[in-house]
Amino acid sequence: MDALTLARMQFAANMSFHILFPTISIALGWLLLFLRWRWLKAQRSGDRSLSEGWLDAYRFWTKVFALTFALGVVSGVTMSFQFGTNWPGFMERVGNIAGPLLGYEVLTAFFLEAGFLGIMLFGHGRVSERVHLLATFFVAFGTTLSAFWILALNSWMQTPTGHEVRDGVYHVQSWVAVIFNPSFPYRFTHMLLASALTCAFLLIGLSAWQVLKGVAQRSAPRVMRVGLTLAALGVPLQIFVGDMHGLNTLHHQPAKIAAMEGVWDTERGAPLLLFAIPDAAQRKNHFEIKVPRLASLILTHELDGEIQGLNSFRDAHPPPLALFFGFRIMVGIGVLMLATSWLGWWLYRRCGWRPALLPRALLWLFAGMTFSGWVATLAGWYVTEIGRQPFIVYGLVRTADVVSKVPSAMVGLSLFLYVALYGALIVAYVAVLKYMAEKPDQVLQDDAAEQVAVPTALQGQS
Amino acid sequence: MTWMSFDAALPVIFMALMGLSMLVYVISDGYDLGVGMLMHRATAAEKDVMVASIGPFWDANETWLVLGVGILLVAFPKAHGLVLGELYLPVTLMLLGLMLRGVAFDFRVKARDTHKQTWDRLFFAGSMLTSVAQGWMLGRYVSGFGSGWNYPLFAAAIAVALPMAYVLMGAAWLIMKTEGELQERAVEWARIAWAPMVGGLVLISMATPWVSPTVRERWFVLPEIIALLAIPLMTGVCLLAVRALLRTPQVRGPLCWLPFMLLVLVFVLGFLGLAYSIYPYVVLDQLTLWQAASSPEALKVILFGVCISVPAIAGYTVFSYRVFRGKAGELKYA
Repeated sequence: MDALTLARMQFAANMSFHILFPTISIALGWLLLFLRWRWLKAQRSGDRSLSEGWLDAYRFWTKVFALTFALGVVSGVTMSFQFGTNWPGFMERVGNIAGPLLGYEVLTAFFLEAGFLGIMLFGHGRVSERVHLLATFFVAFGTTLSAFWILALNSWMQTPTGHEVRDGVYHVQSWVAVIFNPSFPYRFTHMLLASALTCAFLLIGLSAWQVLKGVAQRSAPRVMRVGLTLAALGVPLQIFVGDMHGLNTLHHQPAKIAAMEGVWDTERGAPLLLFAIPDAAQRKNHFEIKVPRLASLILTHELDGEIQGLNSFRDAHPPPLALFFGFRIMVGIGVLMLATSWLGWWLYRRCGWRPALLPRALLWLFAGMTFSGWVATLAGWYVTEIGRQPFIVYGLVRTADVVSKVPSAMVGLSLFLYVALYGALIVAYVAVLKYMAEKPDQVLQDDAAEQVAVPTALQGQS
Repeated sequence: MTWMSFDAALPVIFMALMGLSMLVYVISDGYDLGVGMLMHRATAAEKDVMVASIGPFWDANETWLVLGVGILLVAFPKAHGLVLGELYLPVTLMLLGLMLRGVAFDFRVKARDTHKQTWDRLFFAGSMLTSVAQGWMLGRYVSGFGSGWNYPLFAAAIAVALPMAYVLMGAAWLIMKTEGELQERAVEWARIAWAPMVGGLVLISMATPWVSPTVRERWFVLPEIIALLAIPLMTGVCLLAVRALLRTPQVRGPLCWLPFMLLVLVFVLGFLGLAYSIYPYVVLDQLTLWQAASSPEALKVILFGVCISVPAIAGYTVFSYRVFRGKAGELKYA
């Protein structure tokens, strides 16, 4: 295998592994803040069982957050090294733009998260209630800010604006134009919503698993309700934002859309392909199943709108096969999420929010979709990242021109080691979540005694 | 003497920032890794206290490495490619070690009891792998990635000495943060680690000028050498003081913080010596910091962020250490 492919595979492996965890922790941070707020509210109302239920949920999901965050941090450390080891030419050319954005990510967000995380996780009882709430807020805010900078850079690489080139090196003309480049608002919103949905289905799935396994956890019914409500509201919003993102891509990166839709020749009134196998060698599709004119309608909002085909980007278009299927997997899961969350929410309400009364089949569906957000998020990222190829900065810098000269054997060896470790860690992560869901008392008992004393012990310290 | 322009001074500022980040990383994650390497000598209950003593800090500690490498990446992109390309394999091993150590932190308390031992072993293995890889990298970096039979030998020596230094730091940290039997054992561990650490330090201090002519010319000239002698002399005094302290009963009581602080001072002195040896190179004899730096405009933008965030980071690092001051109990999630 050639060095470029290996370097891309290695980088993709690291990125894919890394993104799994921020996708959960971005939204989970805000959810923890929500759970804590509900707990404080319930405490003020004086309803003991209500407040204990929310506290239970908060403590359980804090542990999930801690585990997720740790995996995100350790895999994120790898990233800061791999820009240099895999793409030295990238930083040499666009370092003046990518550098500050990455620098700000590390400075503002990473430290905000990591610094306050210690207080959020272990500081309960050592700091005042208000400081602890504030620490939780900063952690959630930090993860979101992290996403802001990273997506600003990624979006700039997709739709670069606000720069000038002097002697082959990119310099910034306007930071506002660089950060708020044309695709940034769509991509950022799309990613935040993806995180919310991934998190929602994790809440729903683990709670359903607890109900199925007969685990009596006080918080499971209300966590499931929070998850279902979030999903039922979030999925339609995500479909709307996704559509706008698609229109934006059509405008700025038509080759990516052509590959996603499997369109070879530029045509008006293009059909929507439900299934096909795009063949890059023969430059045509096999086994097409199509709905006439629908692609044009979706993309241009006109029945005979024109869609540019791959053949008009002869030497510089992405490989259609991966994009075609990646896009369909993402959309397919989105549709499934919509059906599950709406049906689930409606049935759950009819049962009076008592999960034990829900049909077993529905609970199994919930459990089966625990990590569906991961699959959709990865599929979506593959579409947008592979869709940028053969460029690393769209239309300007080719990936092949910036790859490192480290021997292929060494890249291959490290790729093997990384993938082996990542595989093991994903298995361990899922297994531990399952164990935690099945034995919540075991997980929570360590600090149960402390919790009761906390609120009173704190008064003096603030 | 003429002052350099602000634009020319920018790379120097960033070099200093990068050095500072690396120094803070080596000291702060040094004790984490040291504690990790001492894990296999402790009982199950002691392991919990040891992990609890570093639990609230390790995350932020590791972030200094990201900041240091981040500055290398954004301020000196040419050097980032060169250094990390040269160190490709040890960097990979270090990252694998850091990952194992980092996830073991969380998995060991959340996994089934039967799996806890496995995660403890991985915690130890990860800490060891990270430390050895860092030692090797430091050795290769200090000697400017030279080739010849003596260079790998030099790097191998540091790959042994640096973990020893970390272990000593870890033991001193435990003396400060624990009490009773575990503290007693930590004193014992510190005494064991002292001799190889000092031996390694002396050897490396003598070998560095030997493998690098540039370093030799820097140090062994009059009158600089007279002023420079302060560095090894003070280091020696600190280390001897640590040795003496470990024999006194006060180290278990009111002076429990002193060995750790003295060792921090040793690391700072070692860092100063290293900085003096290398400046103004980013990669010894190959790349100066001006050759490697990004454009002044980009550096100014980052500097703006640095001026706001570094004081904030320093502020809440202090806050966090204040909140978690005193002896470590068992680690509790709130």
